[in-house]
Amino acid sequence: MARAAQLGRLTVAIAWRRARLVERRPQTATARSLVLTVPGWPGHLPGQHVDVRLTADDGYQAVRSYSLAAPADADRIELGVQTVPDGEVSPYLADDLPLGADVEVRGPLGNWFVWRTEQTEPVLLVAGGSGVVPLAAMVRAHRRAQSRSPFHLLYSVRTPDEIWYRDHLADGDPRLDVRIVYTRQAPPGSTRAPGRIAPADLEEPTARLEPTSPVYVCGPTGFVEAVGNLLTDMGRDPATIRTERFG
Amino acid sequence: MNSFSPGFRGRSRSLADRLPPGQYPTESFPVLSAGPTPRVPTETWAFTVTTELGDTHSWTWEQMMALPQQETVQDIHCVTRWSKFDTHWRGVPLDAFLEDVETAADYVVVSSYGGYTTNLPLEDLLDGKAWIAHTYDGYPLSPEHGGPARLLVPHLYFWKSAKWVRGLRLTLEDDPGFWESVGYHNYGDPWREQRNWGD
Repeated sequence: MARAAQLGRLTVAIAWRRARLVERRPQTATARSLVLTVPGWPGHLPGQHVDVRLTADDGYQAVRSYSLAAPADADRIELGVQTVPDGEVSPYLADDLPLGADVEVRGPLGNWFVWRTEQTEPVLLVAGGSGVVPLAAMVRAHRRAQSRSPFHLLYSVRTPDEIWYRDHLADGDPRLDVRIVYTRQAPPGSTRAPGRIAPADLEEPTARLEPTSPVYVCGPTGFVEAVGNLLTDMGRDPATIRTERFG
Repeated sequence: MNSFSPGFRGRSRSLADRLPPGQYPTESFPVLSAGPTPRVPTETWAFTVTTELGDTHSWTWEQMMALPQQETVQDIHCVTRWSKFDTHWRGVPLDAFLEDVETAADYVVVSSYGGYTTNLPLEDLLDGKAWIAHTYDGYPLSPEHGGPARLLVPHLYFWKSAKWVRGLRLTLEDDPGFWESVGYHNYGDPWREQRNWGD
């Protein structure tokens, strides 16, 4: 029965849709939130991503994937864009695409690295740098649903200037526990010396998980490899660990 | 004047004969996988082919390394849009594992240490089109790229080239694997841009 339903979906191609840039907000010196309106947007799950397609005057096209940073909100979607130096697409999206102009998007894509509001177990989110984007969508969906599932976010950044979604992460929500790990430079008064995520950083948040609780890890490959290895070395069932790697 | 992305210029258009549609070339070797990297020692590694009747054929690491080895240079294409040209591999062609296997199956489900699966037609693994690869660029394949051994099927998107490969199950009916069940295309031909369901 499940197979029949799935084969039915196989016939539905995912369309490219016109998407209009309506808002751009800086997150850090090099990161932006882009809000776009997409007529006909079918909605999405927190953690999913879209393909963004740019078209040059001569017809040349470039496509990149961007994670959705917020839960579904009618025809509005929010993307998180980190400028890649010399990048073909990200500097254009971050700084050059005019407000009111259109790109094309296709999605939502990815049905694996997702959190559903029906999930009730405690959840650990581990973000490295721009890897926080799909996890921010989960945090926001969790809050909007008034989910009773305890959320723990462990967020690794180099310096205090590189924190995305500062307002969303520090609004006193008792069901959301946020720990920020600074790898290069910690703010004054920090008791933890700057350094990469270590077993000690994971002990407390993993102690509050159930054996089947999902752990979502997103960031650059080296970060995801390191955190994945730490978690499995601590005895976490690899089947509970979902990873998404940027670059 | 185009109505999308005004002022976007983009880059090189010169790789058309080697770059499938929608791909960009990279010099790096990005890693994509759904979970943490399994650690599989060669001492306990085994590769098993199971037929549709349940007959099994297994090779230990030493037995695999005693099979005829091939060097191959391939362009590889990831569904996340990077392509990498002229990658150097060493491994054993799937033909060597399948030549003594009696089967009427048309499909294969590949399984990995760590639980990953992917499906493809049997003919896509035969006639020198696919390998069990254990060496990349002259060095043992690293764990994050699928070491100690991965499937290499360069003519399909790279999620079909299962990392940490553990076995093949021959089937009479096609049976979607991990990514194929959550939205990726069932076949995955980069030249026809078969990325997602319905492409």
